[in-house]
Amino acid sequence: MLDLRGRRTFPAFLVVFLGPAVVCYTLFMMYPLVESLILSFFSVQPDNSYIFSGFANFVKLFTDSDTAPRFWGALKNNVIFFLIHMLIQNPIGLLLASLLVTRGKGRRFYRTVLFMPTVLSVVIIGFIWQLILNPLWGVAESMMSAVGLGKFFQPWLGLPEYALPTTALISVWQFIGIPMILFYTALIGIPDELLEAAVVDGCTESQAFWRIKLPLILPTIGIVSVLTFVGNFNAFDLIYTMKGAFAGPAYSTDIMGTLFYRTFFGQQLQLGNPSMGATVATMMFLIILVGVLLYMFLFQRRVKTYQL
Amino acid sequence: MLIFFSLIALFPIVLIIMNSFKLKKYIFAAPFALPNTTTFSLIGYETVLQRSNLIVNFGNSIVVTVASLFFILFFGSMAAFALSGYKFRGNAFFGFYLSIGIMIPIRLGTVSLLKLMASLGLVNSLIGLILIYIAQGLPLTIFILTSFMSQIPDELKDAGRIDGASEYRIYSLVLPLVKPAIGAIGIFTMIPIWNDLWFPLIVAPSAKTATITLGVQQFLGQYVSDWNAVLSALVLAMVPILLLYLVFSKQMIRSVTAGAIKA
Repeated sequence: MLDLRGRRTFPAFLVVFLGPAVVCYTLFMMYPLVESLILSFFSVQPDNSYIFSGFANFVKLFTDSDTAPRFWGALKNNVIFFLIHMLIQNPIGLLLASLLVTRGKGRRFYRTVLFMPTVLSVVIIGFIWQLILNPLWGVAESMMSAVGLGKFFQPWLGLPEYALPTTALISVWQFIGIPMILFYTALIGIPDELLEAAVVDGCTESQAFWRIKLPLILPTIGIVSVLTFVGNFNAFDLIYTMKGAFAGPAYSTDIMGTLFYRTFFGQQLQLGNPSMGATVATMMFLIILVGVLLYMFLFQRRVKTYQL
Repeated sequence: MLIFFSLIALFPIVLIIMNSFKLKKYIFAAPFALPNTTTFSLIGYETVLQRSNLIVNFGNSIVVTVASLFFILFFGSMAAFALSGYKFRGNAFFGFYLSIGIMIPIRLGTVSLLKLMASLGLVNSLIGLILIYIAQGLPLTIFILTSFMSQIPDELKDAGRIDGASEYRIYSLVLPLVKPAIGAIGIFTMIPIWNDLWFPLIVAPSAKTATITLGVQQFLGQYVSDWNAVLSALVLAMVPILLLYLVFSKQMIRSVTAGAIKA
């Protein structure tokens, strides 16, 4: 590293190197993020000017009889959406990764196939599943009938009690490749000698998994969790594509992303409100921040204990 | 087990492709059958090509993705070169400042971003979209490239300096050495840009500027009852990215790891 600290003037080439990135990033990312946070403490006047209103927007979001049920509902749904990913997507991702590791031939083929849905746009995935689950086409129904489960078929996407888990499972189906690949990389990184030594010491397969592999891939579990968390609390495309901005039926699939969009832009009779939109965004920011900080303090400290 | 999950992953995609080549009657009568001479039809594709804007949308997506990618890699590699190559006052600050955006989604700033775009006259322009995607892609790119570039031995750069090379020249010498990393980051950044629905919907929703993801979304919404058209539009939207994936699957999959190691 070239030491430039002794120089009296800031070298021009550093400005050239750093300038474009810093300017672009500041102007189109940091400035909007910060201004958006600030905006949540202002309210829009009829003439489009903004006046400072303290925590009024937040109080309204949490307690107003129109907005509060939507906010708490979206938050609850988002938590459920996240839990479904954590309990289904990530364990299955780990299972698939373990299967891939033990498999010699065909490894690359399976990896390619299982990862494929991940690269497609959420819009395409959402529509594909909408068609498959559509009772009019009846593909899902006739497949279930073929294995004797026909009577359990229901138009899940249209039923308030099933729509949210169904959309969450579609998202799981699409993104399972990401935890799979991350766990796979972590698992093949475990030194063979370690596992061989364990076998010599009489370690069973399941002991090897729970006592050796799992602790060693703990950092990856942390990364996967935090990526899932940030991704889920920022999700929008799938619900918007499948259920529209109103996240029906009866707001049962409404999550923070769709609430943010609706509040900011307005839909049909409801007018959009930039400062309330910014308030929702601030709440999303705080939720994501809490998740990331939790990860950093909990996981990154724990990780050290397990480093070889 | 792997076969079972692979079938679950493949089946919906294959089903859509298969049925997009059938007459409507047979889409419903025999959804699981391959198209044959009696059931084959391209009617859906004809509708899509005549009625939709997908070709324009496709062009927009290419322009936006390629331009964003170019500037992300260009600006990002310069910044990473500065952060990894020189000790200067503010190095740690800039490194931290530029990495904040890795975990905080740029979407949360949408309200202000739209205001900003409106005041710059960049609503419904591809340039507006490109600027947003550059900002979105930079933090991770800089973070990863900095760690790769700091592995390059100082002797190499010092040798260049002794030969009288300028710092710019040294940057151009270092760049080819991190080519694999640049490739991985390029793929990793490209897919979310290509697939994004949020910013095209909010910042550039006009027919002239809609990207393929938005264009397909709108077309499908309009033609929802024309099954042939819907299936064909889905296939047309899938094919480019699937082809790219099949060619570069190894690099793409590897890039996920490169992208996540950062966290």
